[in-house]
Amino acid sequence: MSSVTITFEGRSLQVRAGQTVAAALAGAGVRSWRTTRHHGRPRGLFCGIGICFDCLVTVDGRPSQRACLVPVRDGMTVDGPEWDTTTDRTRSAPMTETAQVAVVGAGPAGLAAAVHAADGGLSVVLVDAGARPGGQYWRHPDPALGADERAGHHAWPRFTRLRDALDDHVRAGRIRYMSRSEVAVLEPGAPFRLHLTPVTDDAAMPPETVTATDLILCPGGYDRQLPVPGWDLPGVMTAGGVQALVKGTSTVPGRQAVIAGTGPFLLPVAAGLAAAGVRVVAVCEANSPWRWARQAHRAALAPDKGVEALEYAAALARHRIPYRTRTVVTAVLGDQHVEGAILGRVDPAGNVLPGTSREIQADLIAFGWGFTPSLELPLAAGVRTRLDIDGSLVVEVDPGQRTSVPRVRVAGEATGVGGAVLARLEGELAARSLVADLNRKPLRATALRVRIRRLRAFARALHEAHPVPAAWSRWLTADTLICRCEEVPVTAVRYAVDDLDATDARTVRSLTRVGMGWCQGRTCANACARLTADFTHTALTAEALQSTARCNLAAPLDLRRVARLDAQATTPETAP
Amino acid sequence: MSVRSPDVVVIGAGAIGAACAYFAALAGCRVTVVDRGAIASGTSSAGEGNLLTSDKSPGPELELALYSQRVWTDALAEHGGLWEFEAKGGLVVASSGGGAAGLRSLVAQQRALGIAVEDVDGERLRDLEPQLGPTITGGAYYPQDAQVQPMLLVAHLLRLARERGARVLTGTEVIGFLRERERVVGVRTSAGDLPAHDVVNAAGAWAGDVARLAGVHVPVLPRRGFVLVTEPLPVTIRHKVYAAEYVGDVASSDAALQCSPVVEGTPAGTVLIGATRERIGFDRTFSVRAAAHLARGALALFPVLEHAKVMRCYLGFRPYCPDHLPIIGPDPRAPGLWHACGHEGAGIGLSAGTGAVVAQALAGVPTTLDLTPFAPERFPEHP
Repeated sequence: MSSVTITFEGRSLQVRAGQTVAAALAGAGVRSWRTTRHHGRPRGLFCGIGICFDCLVTVDGRPSQRACLVPVRDGMTVDGPEWDTTTDRTRSAPMTETAQVAVVGAGPAGLAAAVHAADGGLSVVLVDAGARPGGQYWRHPDPALGADERAGHHAWPRFTRLRDALDDHVRAGRIRYMSRSEVAVLEPGAPFRLHLTPVTDDAAMPPETVTATDLILCPGGYDRQLPVPGWDLPGVMTAGGVQALVKGTSTVPGRQAVIAGTGPFLLPVAAGLAAAGVRVVAVCEANSPWRWARQAHRAALAPDKGVEALEYAAALARHRIPYRTRTVVTAVLGDQHVEGAILGRVDPAGNVLPGTSREIQADLIAFGWGFTPSLELPLAAGVRTRLDIDGSLVVEVDPGQRTSVPRVRVAGEATGVGGAVLARLEGELAARSLVADLNRKPLRATALRVRIRRLRAFARALHEAHPVPAAWSRWLTADTLICRCEEVPVTAVRYAVDDLDATDARTVRSLTRVGMGWCQGRTCANACARLTADFTHTALTAEALQSTARCNLAAPLDLRRVARLDAQATTPETAP
Repeated sequence: MSVRSPDVVVIGAGAIGAACAYFAALAGCRVTVVDRGAIASGTSSAGEGNLLTSDKSPGPELELALYSQRVWTDALAEHGGLWEFEAKGGLVVASSGGGAAGLRSLVAQQRALGIAVEDVDGERLRDLEPQLGPTITGGAYYPQDAQVQPMLLVAHLLRLARERGARVLTGTEVIGFLRERERVVGVRTSAGDLPAHDVVNAAGAWAGDVARLAGVHVPVLPRRGFVLVTEPLPVTIRHKVYAAEYVGDVASSDAALQCSPVVEGTPAGTVLIGATRERIGFDRTFSVRAAAHLARGALALFPVLEHAKVMRCYLGFRPYCPDHLPIIGPDPRAPGLWHACGHEGAGIGLSAGTGAVVAQALAGVPTTLDLTPFAPERFPEHP
């Protein structure tokens, strides 16, 4: 294991090579590195995967970089937010890549889609924000870290087979793979034009545009969050962010942890933390396993899931981790960082039972209320969406993963949260249905479709067993922040609804600035839509979620780069 | 006429409708506002909230703007804080010799009409706006140019109107008019009939469709505009800064894409970059061309923004009239129907004056402003 030296706010830190800046700072015991604009509240690592923009730092003079996405480099200087206009950035000529199909996302769905599309003879461009393929599910450390990349993973050989196939296709020129790149603008048309940007300014500049006749969008998702008092304190993270830190950088962000929310994902997070030496003092599951048992006949359709659950149960028992059902964290305690949490027992609707609240000490709280898909790109493409059973906005697809927009396919969590196996199979199906369509041949994939149907049924059972507690909003206080970026409290939402006649989430957003900050509502829009529905005594609707999820920029883009969006890009001579 | 106050139905819960409702309620009318969407769900939520006299050439629109300025700072002054009224000042800048000369002649005309405006150059320009790029050589400073947060404006005007007895029915679409022979005597909505003595069409970019339901023609068309929003920045842009060409673009009737930069900072730290103008119907498709034009324009004014990250880009539809004048007043072709629409990109700023005169006219008192230039029947019946 080698180490590198970085300078953080003037002080020299020896950190492990292969880490991200955020992991390096967390490992060095730095909990926060910037304060909010309005109230000076400390901010550090929260989502850990580039969604929330809480962890912004200035790296080598380049401001507004997400610390969780920048790998450390020897001699790097890291500062809190500054805004320097003098640092020169790499400039590159506008280049374009052309392919039959552009696959966005290299998680289980995107990886499978890219590999199967290339297997079918198509030219593929694969665009992914990650430094390495695998997405959040198969997140693994930088080889420079010298850690075991398989640690904590299920179905790892499945991943390595896909990765080997990807490598083969890349060598053969059938797949052009652009890592650490995001699609900022999806320009509809025939062909589609994707405008790319590096995830952080230190990353290599990808070709500015990708032109493709077909799209397979596999944007994945991230942890759904329900704000509670104190949830913006450093030391509160998303469950997925904790998982990413442990799996991707072998770093633990605390010593004593509470994991709270609902769903089976809480278990691997707890097991991973415990294996890494963190004392997990409670896993709080808001729902009851009895609900799960009622759906057991559907679980039987996916026996490998049952085996996984048993393994985690054994891990929890081995580490003596208390698993508390019908228990929630109603508030996070602390001043500058997390010092503890208030736990409470709840009824099936999520109402806290009188006399059951108690304090527990912890310096790390991980929240996970299931997942919510990233829909920026599908919505930019104009596809039809619907409200899924878990309250997420998801894309409508047909049995070939085709959306309502011709030549746009979507696979994975964006069609309904259902886990990695389902995502991988959908990715495969999307690619195979595209190959079949292009060859004007019927698709023979009965077995694949049967497996997908079964996994969908299983996912539905899980969602039914792990709903977001209806009474969640009763845990909030007037000054609980709904929007972390713009620091909008519950009381502002209440005022917008009660006094200003806001009747929907979009109006609430415009009146309060909820979801108008750095993350553009990725973190809080779902919660705000729920809260608005609650306050207006209406049901959560697809329209409410659509109205705040639609955006023209799927990632922040330098103004200088925006100025070139209409430039005619040139094709690199080396392109096939 | 009944001895009670006449019932007024206002169609449209945007800035114009809200101002009409507020002033009519204040005058004692019983008002009902209907909108098929939520409050301010059309153009009012898609602009910057400009209260400008600087971009207006002498004529009736400037008269309305000056009158509105008085209403903002007089009748509405006590509520200014509710909608974040701020007289931040406007700075029109020019880089070319020709642009500068054109600007100077406009400034002279405006000054003659009582607009506060100061010619600025060199050092004074950099005092006012230190981050301006080196190619900018001259300009004009309008200390009275102001802004409001348009969503808060609409929401609070409607709230104040409700406190004076008005009703606001959102999610309620007007599907026809109630008639007694020629006369309009109310509206038919998706939630039932609403009889009223007078009906005000304040449906903004959609006002033409509403007028058609009453069998009359008002030539309001959508003129699309995009706005870029940057990340919160420590860079300070204190005024509304725009290029002299902006005034020409506002007055132009060209359907093709036009873009002249308007750049300003906000209390949230973000920098707003407008404004494109394009007549291509209600097309909500993102235009990379419009966004790129905006970015280039902003960079010409403020090269310092080169690496500022754009977080969001939104669009809206200005209610455009071919002669660039709003349509305000009673429609003799359908007695009982009034129009207050077609304010193009100036509707937020002109809402105060529009609401105030419409309320006067509805109440049958002499209007402070002559409404003749804004008459609905000024257009040919069949275009």
